[in-house]
Amino acid sequence: MKTIGLIILRSLRQHLLSTTITALSIALAGGLLMSVWVVKVQSQTTFTQVNTGFDAVLGARGSKLQLVLNAIFHLEASPGNLAYSDYEFIKRHPAVKLAVPIAVGDNLRGYRIVGTGPELFSDVEYVPGKKFTFATGTLFNPAAKEAVLGDFVARKLGLHSGDTFHPFHGLIYDENNQHAETYLVTGILAPSNTPADKVIWIPLHGLQTMTGHDPRAATDVSAVLIQLRSPTAGFMLDMLYNKQGNRLTFAYPIGAIMAELFNKIGWFDQVLTLISSLVALVSAGGVLVAIYNSMAARRRDIAILRALGARRRTIFSAIVLEAAAIGLLGMIAAFAAYAVILTGVATVIRNQTGVLLNTWAYNPVMLWAPLGMIALCALGGLLPAWKAYRTDIADNLAPVS
Amino acid sequence: MDAAVRPNAGPMSLLSISALQKSFRTPEGERKTIVDVPAFTLAAGQQLALRGESGSGKTTFLHLIAGILAADSGSIHIDGRDMAALGESGRDRLRAESIGYIFQTFNLLQGYSVLENVMLGMAFGRGSDRDHATAMLERVGLSHRLQHYPRQLSTGQQQRVAVARALANHPKLVLADEPTGNLDHRNARDSLALIRETCRENGAALLLVSHDPGVLAAFEDVQDFATLNRADQEAAR
Repeated sequence: MKTIGLIILRSLRQHLLSTTITALSIALAGGLLMSVWVVKVQSQTTFTQVNTGFDAVLGARGSKLQLVLNAIFHLEASPGNLAYSDYEFIKRHPAVKLAVPIAVGDNLRGYRIVGTGPELFSDVEYVPGKKFTFATGTLFNPAAKEAVLGDFVARKLGLHSGDTFHPFHGLIYDENNQHAETYLVTGILAPSNTPADKVIWIPLHGLQTMTGHDPRAATDVSAVLIQLRSPTAGFMLDMLYNKQGNRLTFAYPIGAIMAELFNKIGWFDQVLTLISSLVALVSAGGVLVAIYNSMAARRRDIAILRALGARRRTIFSAIVLEAAAIGLLGMIAAFAAYAVILTGVATVIRNQTGVLLNTWAYNPVMLWAPLGMIALCALGGLLPAWKAYRTDIADNLAPVS
Repeated sequence: MDAAVRPNAGPMSLLSISALQKSFRTPEGERKTIVDVPAFTLAAGQQLALRGESGSGKTTFLHLIAGILAADSGSIHIDGRDMAALGESGRDRLRAESIGYIFQTFNLLQGYSVLENVMLGMAFGRGSDRDHATAMLERVGLSHRLQHYPRQLSTGQQQRVAVARALANHPKLVLADEPTGNLDHRNARDSLALIRETCRENGAALLLVSHDPGVLAAFEDVQDFATLNRADQEAAR
């Protein structure tokens, strides 16, 4: 085995350029395959678990998914408003433990401004056992023009406690739509790795009464975030709002609604996985071609080794293991490619949603992808190994006297 | 008794050949006999030179003895084992354990260091022994070139590496095919002396083929390959 190891090492070195190029293509393929897989699994796991501490969302009649994306993930436009009385009704409903109203409609340089009540920060555990805390400063005064910023948006906008800003009207940033009000930043939230990190939180009343907003909607809210007393309460309210009523939408349970989204875009994952698998297959084919094309140059060495007493199966094994070794080198580099790709993807997802993917959390793909790729490369080595196996010693030990 | 094993033909015979034939198919599709040796023996420790012109089948003859080629018919007994009766794997093993081969073009592995070349000469037989490989290279005067690559050596030095590799595994038989064919006169003389001396020191028999009168003159024991090989005689008629 030591001898085979030496033969493999020397062969890899002798064909360094093709070894490097082939290993790099494997690295790219492996990195891509692992990234696609991990992003798929991680985003699905993360997004179906993110509920920022709420069980359901009540909003205007429309799509449940749009409601969840708007109220929990702060993406998408609001499907519409609901009257303050609707909020008060559900707040007092015996099945409801906590109801927190939110209002949207303004932004600060593209980052969403959300109006809400102080109970979001004092009463809600965004994950079990964790409440929002402040990195600096304190909570806003509900009656004042004050704001609290998520960690991500504060860093992006370079705002600190004590700074002031003017909100802009609408969810899309337009510099011509600046509101006259001046808001004072009273605190920056500690990172929560939830969508709350990319939101500028202001008092509910502040957003409702911003200059330029329709005075008739001054008491309306965009959605109500709800904590239920029990899971059965969710089905009861689902019946009340979605089946018996036709004015509002009760989105429950949040995780299942997000899972539906992933089911809808499941084909996209499959396409990406298929493309990655094809790239992996082509890379393994590259190993075959690289070794096969170098067979002419290797024949003399093989003949010499055979003349020294190496058996055919030793040569065969050496070539197959060399192909596997190229796969191994490629897959070691694939983890670097994976880190680069996933860091990029995670940054984009973080920028868009505020949710941080756990890129280095163990995923079975980190085991089966390298093993599969190495096996595929070894398989690619079979044909050149067969050619090496059949190399005639005498014909390749010139000259003949 | 194992069919491939039989007592040596003579009392001191290391190599014993009888009715050995090998033919090849010509491009025209006819079979042409290259080697047809009715009988040949070499005693243990004997040093014999075979005289023969280029293309006379000398290399084929050595390849048959080394088990690199399989004979069409006949037997080749080396140290009591019939090379012709062994399967390819058995021939590989016998070659690795009992035969050292010095080629005209040395056939060193260019991607391996001098030391690795010698160690590989041992690896497929009784196993690599770094100390012994180093000692062999020291014996041929290359202790300062262990980590060099063949391309970094002179032709004479490459020849010495080939000698060290052929003898590293304590072979009972050393085959040398025009071993000085690529060397100048002085190097050829020195190299030949080294081959003969190291074979003697290791107790190995030496079967050398050459057409060079200078080389042949150094041997007490010289035989014409043409008188040995009936195929050669047929061709000459």
